[in-house]
Amino acid sequence: MTAPITPTLLYLDNVTVSFDGFRALNALSLAIDHAEMRAIIGPNGAGKTTMMDVITGKTQPNEGTALFEGSHDLTALDETAIAELGIGRKFQTPTVFEMHTVEDNLLLALKNKRGPLATLLSRRPAREQERIDALLERVRLTVQRHRRAGELSHGQKQWLEIGMLLAQEPKLLLIDEPAAGMTDQETADTADLLRDIARSKAVIVVEHDMTFVRDLGVKVTCLHEGSVLAEGSLDAVSANERVVEVYLGR
Amino acid sequence: MRTQSLFDRQTTVVLSLLAAAAILVPAMNGLALPGSALHLSDHLVPLLGKYVCFALLALSVDLIWGFCGILSLGHGAFFALGGYAMGMYLMRQIGARGVYSDPVLPDFMVFLNWKELPWFWYGFDWLPFAALMVLLVPGTLAFVFGWFAFRSRVTGVYFSIITQAMTFALMLAFFRNDMGLGGNNGLTDFKEILGFPVQAGSTRIALFVLSVLALAGGYLLCRWVVGSTFGKVLVAVRDAESRTRFLGYRVEHYKLAVFTLSAMLAGVAGALYVPQVGIINPSEFAPANSIEVVIWVAVGGRGTLAGAILGALLVNAGKTWFTAALPEFWLFALGGLFVFVTLFMPRGILGAANDLWERSSQKLRARRSPQPVTQAAE
Ligand SMILES: Nc1ncnc2c1ncn2[C@@H]1O[C@H](COP(=O)(O)OP(=O)(O)OP(=O)(O)O)[C@@H](O)[C@H]1O
Ligand SMILES: [Mg+2]
Repeated sequence: MTAPITPTLLYLDNVTVSFDGFRALNALSLAIDHAEMRAIIGPNGAGKTTMMDVITGKTQPNEGTALFEGSHDLTALDETAIAELGIGRKFQTPTVFEMHTVEDNLLLALKNKRGPLATLLSRRPAREQERIDALLERVRLTVQRHRRAGELSHGQKQWLEIGMLLAQEPKLLLIDEPAAGMTDQETADTADLLRDIARSKAVIVVEHDMTFVRDLGVKVTCLHEGSVLAEGSLDAVSANERVVEVYLGR
Repeated sequence: MRTQSLFDRQTTVVLSLLAAAAILVPAMNGLALPGSALHLSDHLVPLLGKYVCFALLALSVDLIWGFCGILSLGHGAFFALGGYAMGMYLMRQIGARGVYSDPVLPDFMVFLNWKELPWFWYGFDWLPFAALMVLLVPGTLAFVFGWFAFRSRVTGVYFSIITQAMTFALMLAFFRNDMGLGGNNGLTDFKEILGFPVQAGSTRIALFVLSVLALAGGYLLCRWVVGSTFGKVLVAVRDAESRTRFLGYRVEHYKLAVFTLSAMLAGVAGALYVPQVGIINPSEFAPANSIEVVIWVAVGGRGTLAGAILGALLVNAGKTWFTAALPEFWLFALGGLFVFVTLFMPRGILGAANDLWERSSQKLRARRSPQPVTQAAE
């Protein structure tokens, strides 16, 4: 690896992923700073989710560099190791443990020793319960704490998954379409929550809902056909002719 | 919350029933006079003991299949290996009382013209060593097998198929005389265990009670495992494996740990089974045996532990009755039962009973309280 040691938290350079010759990511480059929030927009199939797959070790890029904290080569690590480094992810379709209670979902996500022996012998200290209570409060699921996660509404599941992300205490959060299937009020609340989280952590949010992206008020990157089309403030990006042509104008 | 309290009640019920069996069976066999309605005849004691061993085997399968989604179709192999370890101990106890009266070599070795005991038979004349092997041999095989399978992320039906291949390969290996384990006759003609004659009524009672204790211990161990945070991770792996990885759990380590533990439980079941049936041979490795265990668990109710015990007892009692009354129909009955349960009781007998219980208690609550039902539900 001859990649430069960068001061940025996440550094993607020239990343290419092809599926049977089709390039889902095409020489993508992107840098995210510590405690930065970035919104990613772009048409369906632009490669937004694939980019998250590369960062979290689900997909191996055919080419390119992916560095975390300047020194960890993400392309050489698997999902578990990357999660341990401090990268958490919310999926496009909410994935929670449906048979577990809301509380247990958070318990499993809580930053703790992850080995089989540690979990087999773990006693739950009061401090842990306090953390869970605080998280439940934050994602407004205190009333639902004993319900099975599978019984929650779509929006509640999205929030539970964000709560699980917070429980992991990651340095970087990847959040794929958090507002999908939410009411306007829920969407606005989610934007508030994310802004609050971004005060102490780096966050990458993928979203199609422009009102939501505007609410976030952060730097925007527009992807198209696997590479960056435009980057800057939302106003600047939405004024870009190419962006209007391939995405916003439709 | 409701499920939690249900499990506690379930534990009480299971342990009480097992305690009752451990007391009643010896009493009905030893104290009740022959001819009285309460008397349990001698040949029924090892038969019941056999069922109890099968229940422990079913429990071990439920631990991995019900709670971690690992469908092993080769657990009969671990059961048989535990059985062989015990069988080797029992062979060594025969001493010079074999047909050929060789003081060291078991009959089949004399028959094959072998001059000395193979190295892997050393130590088996001592029960503690044999008992250790009952755990270590199946445990090691499961560990090595699981290490390769889980690391390469072999899951689902592919995993099931290679477990079938494993038990089939072992069956072929054990059929060979050069294996040094009795070839297709296996190990049999046992005389004594710890100095007590294996055929004696009192020994059989003792073995039965031991099997019940092993089942109770196995049940409590499984209950403890699935109730811990470790157990919650297992269920997470079962329901959303890749999500669990993204949370930072090493899924393959969890699978390996629970698979190895389960194989050891199966080994114990096999070890208790062999002195009660008096023989262990390669047919115990038959792929169909392992499939039958999965049917017991499915019938009783997967992922409940108690259901595995119930299923094993019911199906095997049914098998005994059928093979005596209508032998040619047993396989059809078993197949039919499996189809019926899959179609109409996907959560098994215990799952269906739980649903019924919850529905009726909900109705009861709704009737008692004047509030509308929607409010009473949560
Ligand atoms: N495993 C795969 N095999 C083949 N093609 C894939 C695979 N994963 C993604 N693709 C393709 O790569 C392209 C980029 O997909 P991706 O899911 O990253 O898009 P996206 O930007 O997240 O879109 P959306 O807004 O619809 O979620 C799509 O054309 C998709 O069909
Ligand atoms: Mg996507």
